[in-house]
Amino acid sequence: MAGNIWVVADQWQGRLTDITFEALALGREVADAFKVPLEAVLMGHGCASLAEELGCADNVIYAEHPALAEPVPETHARALTELAQQRQPRAIVIPATNTNWGANTLLAAQLGVPGLNFVVDLKAVDGALEARCVLYGGKIQVRVQPRKEPAVIGLWPGARPADQGRSERKPSVEQASVSLAAEPKVRLKRYIEPEAGEVDLTRQDILVAVGRGIQSKDNLELAEELARALGGEICGSRPVVDQGWLPLSRQIGKSGLTVKPKLYLALGISGAPEHVEGMKGSSLIVAVNTDPQAPIFNIAHYGVVADALELAPALAEAVRARKG
Amino acid sequence: MNLVVLMRMVPDVVEELEIAPDGKSLDQEALRLIVSESDDHALEEALLLKERFGGRVTVVAPEAPEVADVLYTAAAKGADRVIQLRGVEPGLGVAAMAEACAAALSAIPDLLPADLVLTGAQSIEDLDGLVAPLVAHRLGWPYLGVVTAVSEVSNGTATVIKEFQAGYRGEFQVSLPAVLGVQAAEKPPRYVPVAKVRAAMKATRIEEFEAPQPVPEPLQDVTIVALAKPEATGRAEMLEGSVEEVAGKLCELLAERGLL
Repeated sequence: MAGNIWVVADQWQGRLTDITFEALALGREVADAFKVPLEAVLMGHGCASLAEELGCADNVIYAEHPALAEPVPETHARALTELAQQRQPRAIVIPATNTNWGANTLLAAQLGVPGLNFVVDLKAVDGALEARCVLYGGKIQVRVQPRKEPAVIGLWPGARPADQGRSERKPSVEQASVSLAAEPKVRLKRYIEPEAGEVDLTRQDILVAVGRGIQSKDNLELAEELARALGGEICGSRPVVDQGWLPLSRQIGKSGLTVKPKLYLALGISGAPEHVEGMKGSSLIVAVNTDPQAPIFNIAHYGVVADALELAPALAEAVRARKG
Repeated sequence: MNLVVLMRMVPDVVEELEIAPDGKSLDQEALRLIVSESDDHALEEALLLKERFGGRVTVVAPEAPEVADVLYTAAAKGADRVIQLRGVEPGLGVAAMAEACAAALSAIPDLLPADLVLTGAQSIEDLDGLVAPLVAHRLGWPYLGVVTAVSEVSNGTATVIKEFQAGYRGEFQVSLPAVLGVQAAEKPPRYVPVAKVRAAMKATRIEEFEAPQPVPEPLQDVTIVALAKPEATGRAEMLEGSVEEVAGKLCELLAERGLL
């Protein structure tokens, strides 16, 4: 039916991801506000059983095709374009994960409609769809209304609690056929397993995380010393890993690990959404940054406006003195 | 290999960002621009590919304050040709900018055919699209994003590594020509000494190219309602004092929670 709200199910290693349920919870609110059905779109090959978990939606559109078994954004965008052209939804919410990165933009381009990125909220305002997007590393939020339908919404993690989008109800499932190129131009050859880190950071109680604010690889020692004093481990944000200062196995955030330690001490980390995604569930977050406007202070429990390079050794010394 | 790198300038978020009086854009006068971080990685990956497989690297960048420095630096690092695209403004209207850039790629003399167009996987102001898939769509080429390496190029295909999650990566086979959104190059972007950049400024001519008309209006398909600084939902309790005082307070806090 035209005008429905769609949520595209995101899968990883044969399972639906949390953000799929977050998107369903959000989609449910929007569909209810517009008084239209919420539909989940499940794409893949031989994964029909996953539809049972999508009961938050009124209906599941299941598109089955061998090419959809591979996590190729281009292939998935092509299938979605075909489905959307046939069925004319009002909005298509796509979880913005690395797995399908760019699929929302391709879909929007193929349909000739707006595609919004970094969306953290979506609602009906006076009969129109309005999205809230987080830009500039979390420093600015933009409220924006798409002028054409279907609006393609690249949804960022954390919009709603995932549990709100889970349901015991069994949705109706409708099989949809898509025609895709026999020889896609992008093919997955193999998965590469994570390089084994020497420690499992997801099981640590205390993590000292470093960001761009530590300025150079040499300064890493200060953070390592603090981690030793606290009995924790060191990890970092994307820029630190990209600079080669820490291995990928110690990256927290979108491409890296998701951690929930008892203490997450963020040194010189601004708090870009990509990083926050991986650490927001920590029991206690303490952030140290020279920029009082750094977005990390919006999610930290305690904040210090200071140079991490000065605070880290002072704190290490205080901790050692206290521990005796 | 013929490699094209698209680079653009974005606001430096280390500086305070000010919202313009209309509430719908950033105050341009207060902005300091820097090259988009993943675009710098795209350049590095292109230079590494040139070193490995031979060929040439052309950098194309929309005009913006300080963009000449970025182009001279690219030349100093090893880019063979640097082009400034006039009439295309970077900013929130990414879809229009990408469209104009893609049109220019086809129109700039002796640029296409290329094997790869590389650009950043994302930027901090990609409100209405991502550049790499938009350019790919316009050129009708395949696209892959979140790329961290191009390991092999042969027989019209490239072997490309992209990141998934939790440290997992994927190895993909991509038909050429293709557009790649680079997340991080195989090595950190190289450093060039100022003297080398100065030498490049003397030896390099930045080509100026007028974007083909009509240049699309930015943000045609969306209405910006308002920009705002995020409201802190649970603003941190700030600890103040000298570094030693703050260290002492933090120690107390951690001890109270049984973390020491």
